[in-house]
Amino acid sequence: MKVSGMMGEIEQTIGRYLNLEISGRPCRIYFEQAGAGIPLVCLHTAGSDATQYRHLLSDAGILDRFQVIAFDMPGHGKSLPPSGYHDEEYILTTELYTETIRIFCAALDLENPVIMGCSMGGRIVLHLAEAYPAEFRAVIGIEASDYQEPWYDRDWLNRPDVHGGEVCAALISGLVAPQSPDEYRWETLWGYLSSGPGIFKGDLHFYRADSDYRDRVARIDTEKCPVYLMTGEYDFSCTPEDTLRTAEKIGIEAIIMKELGHFPMSENPDHFRTYLMPVLAEIAKA
Amino acid sequence: MLNRLSDLVNGDADLVRRGQYLTATFIIGIGDTDWLIEIREGQVATVQPEPALMTPSQFSIRASENAWREFWQPVPLPGFHDIFAMTKSGDATVEGDFQPFMANLRYFKDLLAAPRGQI
Repeated sequence: MKVSGMMGEIEQTIGRYLNLEISGRPCRIYFEQAGAGIPLVCLHTAGSDATQYRHLLSDAGILDRFQVIAFDMPGHGKSLPPSGYHDEEYILTTELYTETIRIFCAALDLENPVIMGCSMGGRIVLHLAEAYPAEFRAVIGIEASDYQEPWYDRDWLNRPDVHGGEVCAALISGLVAPQSPDEYRWETLWGYLSSGPGIFKGDLHFYRADSDYRDRVARIDTEKCPVYLMTGEYDFSCTPEDTLRTAEKIGIEAIIMKELGHFPMSENPDHFRTYLMPVLAEIAKA
Repeated sequence: MLNRLSDLVNGDADLVRRGQYLTATFIIGIGDTDWLIEIREGQVATVQPEPALMTPSQFSIRASENAWREFWQPVPLPGFHDIFAMTKSGDATVEGDFQPFMANLRYFKDLLAAPRGQI
């Protein structure tokens, strides 16, 4: 959905900054929004930013029913890290991540938003559905599971003799499906190439060390907060097996997506929407 | 199987440019056969099958012949599309000094993928 100007096209997406306090520290959060209707808050993956949702933010078939909102976590994208970041190691926890999302939604006065997150964003939505079902209309976990065994040494992601952006991007490049268009593959990788030092590693603390929800996902009441899980067949980080195991515990059907990897919404947006649209239609109908 | 590796890498000017600060020696193991690969400033200088025992190298990447065949398919199946997918599943191993490997990870991934659809 674009507006034509004299010399180019202006997208309808509007980017703004929201100043609020998270864990007692002032934060300036960048977010983008478009559309009107049911709020749909989108959570980016570890070590990247909300640009991953730019395609959803200009999808006329979604914007006519949903107010799509995507924000950069502190230290990601255009959201600065909080003052004092230079004297500490960035570590994301379940508690900090949860507070960030809930405060963001409250500050924007969002009424029963749908929360959709990918990867670590897909992990945290399981916690939100279990702990705060009354606050959310539904949650969508893309590349989501209740737990994953750590499978490599995270220290490589932030050390002076290895370029952080280069190694983070090269590491996750294999999580993009071979069928995804080159243009969007490299757009997805740019999020990692350009991320701040130690940010991916700090996010992965949450993902690998502080979000073991194996004993908790069975407690999710999907009558109160419906859960949708969608995972790409080429994702070897959160594997289809991880998602199927999680879905079984919750008592729902998982959607395993052909020819997609760990970043469906940004690596192959047209293909992803064929899986997403029925889910959004069901949520809108309920 | 890696006889054409030099041509495939050295003929890719952009890959050589990205590796211009890299000089390293490593092993690609295909089943029981080791191939010693010497990189000089981004170019594949030598490809030597079955090097003598204890020939110095910095690290090794090994998988079965079948795993590499799957990896080098034009469109590999899930699980065989990336070296880390293969190491996570146990289909491949990476051992030795990880620093040159991780510091030049895109280069090495591109080098390993160069034979894709070619052999």
